[in-house]
Amino acid sequence: MTAADIPAPTGRPTAIPEGPGGSATPPHPDGARVLDSDDISRILGRISHEILERAHGAQDIVILGIQTRGVPLARRIAERMTDIEGLPVPVGSLDITMYRDDLSLRGARPLHATDVPVDGIDGRLVVLVDDVLFSGRTIRAALDALSDLGRPRAVQLAVLVDRGHRELPLRADYVGKNIPTSRDQAVRVRVQEVDGADEVVVSG
Amino acid sequence: MSTHLLSAADLSRDEAIAVLDTAAELARISGRAVKKLPTLRGRTVVNLFFEDSTRTRISFEAAAKRLSADVITFSAKGSSVSKGESLKDTALTLEAMGADAVIVRHGASGAAHRLAHSGWIDGVVVNAGDGTHEHPTQALLDAFTLRHHLSGGEGALDGRRVVIVGDVLHSRVARSNVLLLRTLGADVTLVAPPTLLPVGVESWPCEISYDLDAALPGADAVMMLRVQAERMNAAYFPSTNEYSRRYGLDVRRANLLADEGIVMHPGPMNRGMEITAEVADGPRSVIVEQVTNGVHVRMAVLYRLLGAAEGSGDPAEPALSGSLEEAAS
Repeated sequence: MTAADIPAPTGRPTAIPEGPGGSATPPHPDGARVLDSDDISRILGRISHEILERAHGAQDIVILGIQTRGVPLARRIAERMTDIEGLPVPVGSLDITMYRDDLSLRGARPLHATDVPVDGIDGRLVVLVDDVLFSGRTIRAALDALSDLGRPRAVQLAVLVDRGHRELPLRADYVGKNIPTSRDQAVRVRVQEVDGADEVVVSG
Repeated sequence: MSTHLLSAADLSRDEAIAVLDTAAELARISGRAVKKLPTLRGRTVVNLFFEDSTRTRISFEAAAKRLSADVITFSAKGSSVSKGESLKDTALTLEAMGADAVIVRHGASGAAHRLAHSGWIDGVVVNAGDGTHEHPTQALLDAFTLRHHLSGGEGALDGRRVVIVGDVLHSRVARSNVLLLRTLGADVTLVAPPTLLPVGVESWPCEISYDLDAALPGADAVMMLRVQAERMNAAYFPSTNEYSRRYGLDVRRANLLADEGIVMHPGPMNRGMEITAEVADGPRSVIVEQVTNGVHVRMAVLYRLLGAAEGSGDPAEPALSGSLEEAAS
């Protein structure tokens, strides 16, 4: 996938840099902006439609955002789906901190809220939403966390960005944008609700 | 959080709030069907209790088990300690068994500190009560309970007034609470007969009073301490009746508190002595809640200590990890 797949509004830089100092690199304090707020809005709209299309409607869908930035993305997807289908789509949040496998490497982290919709997840189609898919370890932890919360009928995964470098046999069902990166690059997703702006920036 | 939790003074304001926030999230998890978390799978937590204890030992055991740690409970009765084994030899045995954390209660003040800094063991040490010195996790669970009722369950306790009453001399709970509550911004008043105040109490960061009726009006919480008869080898007050009359909490006194004021007790209670049954079971009492909160606070302490123990070496990093780190893994 290239930057050309996403129509850029005039004056909005969206291109992926070809390399350091590439002429297409827009000026950004932290690196290259690969998605802006209009891009993200379109992507979430498309993913909402794709989820509904594959599930043949929203009857038993539960959207769960992975803390922290998956949560606002999940809310927006659920809102879009509610608008499209005309019935409310339950949305919640999942904190996977206590299920991580790197406590001994990275140390204790602060916890965030896990909020499961009142009707639970048993027998439902759960769509996990995260901002970036990288090693896959977050999703592995999320699947473990999910199994302690109940038994979904099926679990799917939607991510805004897939940056590659998987360390586990996992894939996303819905991908906003594939962004090829090197391991030492940083992909930073900012969302309005947490960071005051919507954008995806690749740096390093 | 530093490597061990030996004193309530080990906690900075930010660290204390972080422990309470972690405990608050863990409390939500314990409301669901599957209470167990895999976080400390493969870690070994040793409960090393040289003194009798029911609730603290069970509380730590429940906390460690909910985090999937293996728990070995070691109590002095029925162990080689009763054959005269020293703290050092016991510690070396635990080290040989590969303890990642040692929860220690000991009758001697400073025992936890000795265990942590002697080089006998590599694991983290949590002080579960050392003599008449400190009991920091009790102070954390009290702060958690206070915060829940007085500050909407978040932030600190700035400007709240807490009265701690009774046998301060023999109480490790009082010392830890004074230190931690002050760190969190609360104003603490100790009320006790002069004979039950320790030497040097005037240097503690709190007010001192001998008059309970004068200290209670408008206070946000009163914490009654157990009169520790088993540690009293001298006459500290003329009679039980006189103690109850001057320093016991009855309904009249409880109603001097602020409207939403709460009544606390670290347990076990001497009903009829420092607190009447009517107050202990009354609407202001949060004594049972304190026990529940103890498990969540101890889970938070174990999680943060064992996480930091082999962590990246930068204690500021976890608290500050943003989307970059989260996205990267």
